[in-house]
Amino acid sequence: MLWPSLAKNLISRPLTDPAPATRPEEVAALAAMLEASARRRLGRSLAIRQVDAGSCNGCELEINATQNVVHDLERFGLRFVASPRHADVLLVTGPVTRNMREALERTRAATPEPCFIVAVGDCAIDGGVFKGSYAVEGGLAAETRPGEAMMRPDIRIPGCPPTPTQIIQGLLTLLAAQE
Amino acid sequence: MIRKNLSATKWQALARSSPPLLAMWADPTTIYAAFMDGAAPQLVSCPAPDGRFASFSAQHPAAAWFERAIQDLWGLEAVGSIDGRPWLDHGRWPVLNPMSSRPVRHGSAPPQPEFLEALGAGVHQIAVGPVHAGIIEPGHFRFHVVGETLVRLEARLGYTHKGTLGLMLGKSPRAAARFPARLSGDSTVAHSLAFALAAEQAAGITAPPRAVAMRAAMAEIERIANHLNDWGFICNDAAFPAVHARTGVLREALLRACHVAFGHRLMMDRVLPGGVATDIAAGGLGLIADALASIEAELPALERITASHASLQDRLVSTGIIAPGLAALLNAGGVVGRASGRAVDARAVPGYAPYDELEVVPITRTEGDVAARLAVRQDEIRESLRMLHIIAAGMPEGEIMTALPGRAGEGFALVEGFRGECFCWLRLDDGGLIQAAFLRDPSWLHWPLLEAAVQGNIVADFPLINKSINGSYSGVDL
Ligand code: SF4
Repeated sequence: MLWPSLAKNLISRPLTDPAPATRPEEVAALAAMLEASARRRLGRSLAIRQVDAGSCNGCELEINATQNVVHDLERFGLRFVASPRHADVLLVTGPVTRNMREALERTRAATPEPCFIVAVGDCAIDGGVFKGSYAVEGGLAAETRPGEAMMRPDIRIPGCPPTPTQIIQGLLTLLAAQE
Repeated sequence: MIRKNLSATKWQALARSSPPLLAMWADPTTIYAAFMDGAAPQLVSCPAPDGRFASFSAQHPAAAWFERAIQDLWGLEAVGSIDGRPWLDHGRWPVLNPMSSRPVRHGSAPPQPEFLEALGAGVHQIAVGPVHAGIIEPGHFRFHVVGETLVRLEARLGYTHKGTLGLMLGKSPRAAARFPARLSGDSTVAHSLAFALAAEQAAGITAPPRAVAMRAAMAEIERIANHLNDWGFICNDAAFPAVHARTGVLREALLRACHVAFGHRLMMDRVLPGGVATDIAAGGLGLIADALASIEAELPALERITASHASLQDRLVSTGIIAPGLAALLNAGGVVGRASGRAVDARAVPGYAPYDELEVVPITRTEGDVAARLAVRQDEIRESLRMLHIIAAGMPEGEIMTALPGRAGEGFALVEGFRGECFCWLRLDDGGLIQAAFLRDPSWLHWPLLEAAVQGNIVADFPLINKSINGSYSGVDL
């Protein structure tokens, strides 16, 4: 039965980690960048749509782990939504395969403004180990039009894959820069 | 010679005899296949000088996907194939047949995909993906439904095709190891191990005993972490998040222990050709032992909770049945095969060190439903815990890496990952660089079974059935 363990949980200490610290200089830099792009700021609650643009699924495992009770992403007002039409943030993973590029661009087009882009993992930043393959664009930094990057991420969270703590840290930086 | 080179006539005879197929692949001039021959995997090949070979797919439905991928990547045509549609190539690469000796430039607009039909009164289609609603990999599902009942599902994959095989060519096994490690991130240890064993066979060396034991420990930890994850997500998809919360806690502690012990939560890039990258860090073993002890302690309660809630069992039992005959026809291994009565486990047969000393007995069920697949996972967590106790107690001291000589050779390996058997084959040139390679995730033989498993179920049970099979997208997209 579930009841005994639920009752035990009521009296035991919470399992959740303390919030990871953000770096003031990163927050200030991002705030300045958001200011310069003249995008409307959002409050302390952001809806996130995750888009796998061809990852190896390692990044998805760690993004999923941000939602477990130890990391508990939702306590920061950050939650995942099922449709880009409901999202403030696109969390992109993978090297942007040629087979996923159009789907990613369409997802971006379906997201209302202001839309914040977060590149999660080395692949999403510049293609990672898959850079140079015939099958990938090379992450969000790839020049898909002359002189123009595919999508300019507001935050880059490097790692292969980044840990859940690093992913939360990046998202908290985005939250802090909204203030 | 680890492989038999067949004449075109012999190949054709083999195609008609429908052997239990593991994989098919190619290089620019030759077609290859691996199948089980009793207890041992058999490798065969056949030159295809005119770019054509006899198809296996009429006798063996699982061959169709391999043959479509071979056509797309290497440009070799399967004569007599039951399905000539492109697979990995969505018409968006800058070249055609990128792995052939002469890729052609390509610039026309991508074609509309064609799907298999379902006809009848009231049949309509639902198109889902490639971007899905959850945090999962991309793929397209085309459902044909009548009311809420699924009549036909066809999966269209290939969206995560990264050109992994092409990136491995011309590199030393050491430099190429990061690609099998990223074929499917959740199976990073298993695919890295299959690749390492194949490279070691090709180079004529074996890893030191300590590395062999560490690899097995990592592989069993990976199995437990993934089985916990699947257990949690299956319950979550059946609207029972309490189990998911607890498996998440147990899994997180295990991954943190791995971070300390091996320097990476998923143990990526730790298994290398010749051995392992780093020894276990101080304090790491204790943390892993603690995490495993918590899992062992909570297993009975979690199993009880899963088994005793009628609302949960109602969703799991008799949902998404894969008949044993169908699993056998597809030669499906892993959890999916074992839950449909197939007593297969690469750790037992063909077996590899150190499992010969661990008495692996495949865990099977015969019901073939979501509940059976979950039950197999639960029992396998217990078995992995048992093996980890033995591995830890007998962990040898000594070297963790043997240098790979730069020489020509060919090797293959079959390693039991958490989904099933991961196959790797490779050939090294005179300088010891990779001349040709193939990596096969067990999901190649599971995805077609998902299409069968959903038939007659309601649309709302699809996520649950899909989760219980948990095919890897990246693993088959290459
Ligand atoms: S960054 Fe690493 S873990 Fe993430 S998708 Fe790329 S290869 Fe996989």
